[in-house]
Amino acid sequence: MKKNYRISTFATGTALAIVLFTAPLVANAASPEVPANSVEITIDNFSFTPATITVKVGTPITWQNRDDIPHTVVSNDNLFKSKALDTDDKFSFTPTKPGTYNYFCSLHPKMTAKVVVE
Amino acid sequence: MSQATKDEILHDHNHDGVDRRGFLKCMAWAGTGALCVMQGGVMKSFALNDPTAGKHLGKGDLSFIQISDSHMGFNKPANPDVAATLKAAIDKINGLPVAPEFMLHTGDITHLSKAEQFDNVDQILKSAQPKDVFFVPGEHDVLDDNGQQYRERYAKNSQGAGWYSFDKKGVHFVGLVNVMNLKAGGLGSLGAEQLEWLEKDVKHLSKSTPVIVFAHIPLWAVYPEWGWGTEDSAQALGYLKRFGSVTVLNGHIHQVMQKVEGNVTFHTATSTAFPQPKPGTAPSPGPMKVPAEQLRSLLGITDVNYVKKHHALAVTDSSLE
Repeated sequence: MKKNYRISTFATGTALAIVLFTAPLVANAASPEVPANSVEITIDNFSFTPATITVKVGTPITWQNRDDIPHTVVSNDNLFKSKALDTDDKFSFTPTKPGTYNYFCSLHPKMTAKVVVE
Repeated sequence: MSQATKDEILHDHNHDGVDRRGFLKCMAWAGTGALCVMQGGVMKSFALNDPTAGKHLGKGDLSFIQISDSHMGFNKPANPDVAATLKAAIDKINGLPVAPEFMLHTGDITHLSKAEQFDNVDQILKSAQPKDVFFVPGEHDVLDDNGQQYRERYAKNSQGAGWYSFDKKGVHFVGLVNVMNLKAGGLGSLGAEQLEWLEKDVKHLSKSTPVIVFAHIPLWAVYPEWGWGTEDSAQALGYLKRFGSVTVLNGHIHQVMQKVEGNVTFHTATSTAFPQPKPGTAPSPGPMKVPAEQLRSLLGITDVNYVKKHHALAVTDSSLE
């Protein structure tokens, strides 16, 4: 009896684990089928526009530098970090977790902005 | 003395002035003929076309050049040919009546840190009469590789991110790096390691030693709203307080500004590539587009003469026209 009980517990645990691991996978798999609203942030006159943007998890965000001077897009926690973007260069990042991501230009650190991911 | 007075009256009082605390603050566009002379201080200025400028130099005196912000690789309308304007600056230096002993380049050698851009500058600088060039990096020289290429090319024997010091004819020169590891919302930064090094570097010097510090971003708060300042510069300047004569030379803001605070004279140089607006006069500090015929009057070089017996530095800004 005891043996059977153990097996049963193990089986239940495994089933739970499968459910837990599958849930996020299903969510991720669904997003490419539903075209996400990609958003664009422009860099003009040493400013990110819009300075605050709110997006859903999985929404691709693209920054484009329209200044004559290179800029970078670097999150304060280094989660995302672009190379130096020359005029018209783009950088994209797709957030996978909710949260507030503050970012700045590492060349001109007075340029700050944030992405809020819901 | 009479010469100095003659130079001093050339201020444009719409832009220059003395603030309440008695600091002399002078803003002048290179090429306008407006130069700044500090009396009883450490710095004297002479126009390069002033025939008496070179005559102040004695045999043991030191003269050197500051150039800055070449931005090799920049090709936008503000200046589609930055190689030509750098060459013009070198021609101007080679035409000086007294050959300067060396040059300082205060950063933004290149626009995008590309190898061919560094190569191009090196090639042009080879034609300069002063063979020795001492560099500090601008933020444009350390893109994407944390300054590795810059250090391999220009700062092999330096400390940390590329800081170093050397002595010439009794003057102590310190090259500082304030363009690395910048923090969100902040200004230029020297960092704890460099500050510690600086403190030790100047400790052994006698207080009568003239000190010249050069770095890319201004070491005084020119206009923090545009990031034109260095957040921990006060600590650096604290280590230099005991010296009778300190001169700080910077680039980055592509225009001439001067200020005297106590024993320290601050001076920024023009760019050899493109001008930038006066603080707060434009939406951003981006390149200023000026008519082609005006461009060279807004670019230039800085010629510094150290006159030994007077312990004074003559800083002269000269346009490329």
